[in-house]
Amino acid sequence: MLSTVITAFSIALASGLLISVWVVKDQARENFTGVDSGFDGVFGARGSKLQLVLNSIFHLEASPGNLSWEQYGLIADDPRVATAVPIAVGDNYRGYRLVGVTTNLFEIEYREGKKYAVRDGYLFNPKKKQAVLGSYVAERLSRKVGDTFHPYHGLIFDENKQHPETYVVSGIMEPSNTPADRVIWIPIAGLQNMTGHNPEMATDVSAVLVKLRGSSSGMMMNQEFNLQGDVMTFAWPIADTMSKLFNKIAPVEMVLRAVAFLVALVAAGSILASIYNSMNERRREIAILRALGARRSTIFAVVVLEASGIAALGAVAGFGVYFVIMSIAAWFIRQETGIVLNPLEFQPVMAWAPLAMLGLGALAGLVPAAKAYRTDVAENLTPIS
Amino acid sequence: MPTILDPLLLNIENLRKSYGTPDGSIQAVVDVPSFSLEAEQQTALCGTSGAGKTTFLNLIAGISQPDEGRIELDGFLISEANEAERDRQRSQTIGYIFQTFNLLQGYTCIENVLLGMSFGPGADRRWAHELLERVGLGQRLDYFPRQLSTGQQQRVAVARALANRPKLVLADEPTGNLDPASATESLGLIRETCRENEAALLLVSHDREVLGQFDNVRDLADINLAAVCPSAKEAQS
Repeated sequence: MLSTVITAFSIALASGLLISVWVVKDQARENFTGVDSGFDGVFGARGSKLQLVLNSIFHLEASPGNLSWEQYGLIADDPRVATAVPIAVGDNYRGYRLVGVTTNLFEIEYREGKKYAVRDGYLFNPKKKQAVLGSYVAERLSRKVGDTFHPYHGLIFDENKQHPETYVVSGIMEPSNTPADRVIWIPIAGLQNMTGHNPEMATDVSAVLVKLRGSSSGMMMNQEFNLQGDVMTFAWPIADTMSKLFNKIAPVEMVLRAVAFLVALVAAGSILASIYNSMNERRREIAILRALGARRSTIFAVVVLEASGIAALGAVAGFGVYFVIMSIAAWFIRQETGIVLNPLEFQPVMAWAPLAMLGLGALAGLVPAAKAYRTDVAENLTPIS
Repeated sequence: MPTILDPLLLNIENLRKSYGTPDGSIQAVVDVPSFSLEAEQQTALCGTSGAGKTTFLNLIAGISQPDEGRIELDGFLISEANEAERDRQRSQTIGYIFQTFNLLQGYTCIENVLLGMSFGPGADRRWAHELLERVGLGQRLDYFPRQLSTGQQQRVAVARALANRPKLVLADEPTGNLDPASATESLGLIRETCRENEAALLLVSHDREVLGQFDNVRDLADINLAAVCPSAKEAQS
């Protein structure tokens, strides 16, 4: 009984791991490459496109450098640009980064028909020390409209680096299930002029998010700024940059998948070993069944069925393991990136992984079943001492 | 399926079975020129340990395959049948009571009886219940064998042997593990239930008390040329 439970658990672990690896991989890729926050590209200081995208769209990583307000002006006035939203980063509140932004961010559709909206309170006044909290930040820090806070310098929370400015929470955003949920939005001038920041850089911006007019604009600007120019970097299209990241980590995905497959094989092996070992103790039981008229083929089928049954039990329990792994992974990914994974969203792996475990279980049952098939009735009808 | 007509329930001719010994020689265990049994007849065979009585019963049950000879049971030539056919015949025609009862420990009384049916005509819970009532275990249907006394386990084995309404019940030292009082009671029960169910009974034992209860006792030595056994007449006296 105990060995059956342990074997079923190992199957559950394998099945759950297999589903989790696939779902996390697929959903993470889908979400990360699908998030563009409604923008076509990002301008930033000369450097890595990936760092630029991670910093300005996903609010991860440090800024690769600054652009001047004039450069922002040039971008905003470019006839190929429909909307330009400058952002400035460099401060945080208890680990959640403050992003200075202009209010036109809230006019952008981050998804078709969806704009960032304030759920409670109102949008910050660009001239006041007001902040709009992303829904996740408000939830984690238990902050409400009217609360005040002091920002901290840098992107990593250090309680010794508190700024003297006091910000008032003017609003809390509607959840968008995007990285914007884990950001504190404040007026860009507020971040630029925070006490302690270099006054010479008070008008600089960290990046400029742009929405373009027409699809050919992106190619032209890519040519102009990335290939011919050497002042700014233009990350475009955003999804491509993220795809490249996932392509870079593809070998890691492969290793994870290989590990999941190996665990599945080991689990199948444990079915084989557990039933095979029990065959010695069950020789008499098999002989009794045969003496009662059970055919060899019936005994063979019963053992294969038993192995499949254990695998089926494990496969069902595997969904429990999957939910545990996925809940932890989703919590971690949401906390770190703001991307929300949905464990309940159906993926084909949820069907084929349990079926594969069932098949592996049945295969693993063939060896002990063959042993049971060969059991000599007359020899084994007497008690085994 | 090889089938022929014959008025006898069991008819055996020139049956031989040998086994290899550790020294490499071949030892004959069963050598029965002729043996028969009529329907509903109750016969006891006297045989000591090693006289080939279990092998003889296993050959009749189709569990083992003879080297030579002919076994015909209820018009079916067991000796000529393949293993699957023998299995089917056994599940439909034969009930087997073992010395060690051979109950499945993980199953309750009624499940053991139902299991006896499941390879034959199919499980019939009401009949299983009736059988267990008949052997005095109507109140212990859901008991596991380990929760029963040895005598009670024996009775479950009797009920299971009759589960398929067999034409022949084979009993291999069925009282060997019982105390004398239980053995007498148990033997009476086996004989009565076989009679009630119109099943013939072929019982092998070396116990003189047991053999003494049968009108028809045969020396295994008289039947099986490869066996040595104390006199049946002596046992009956």
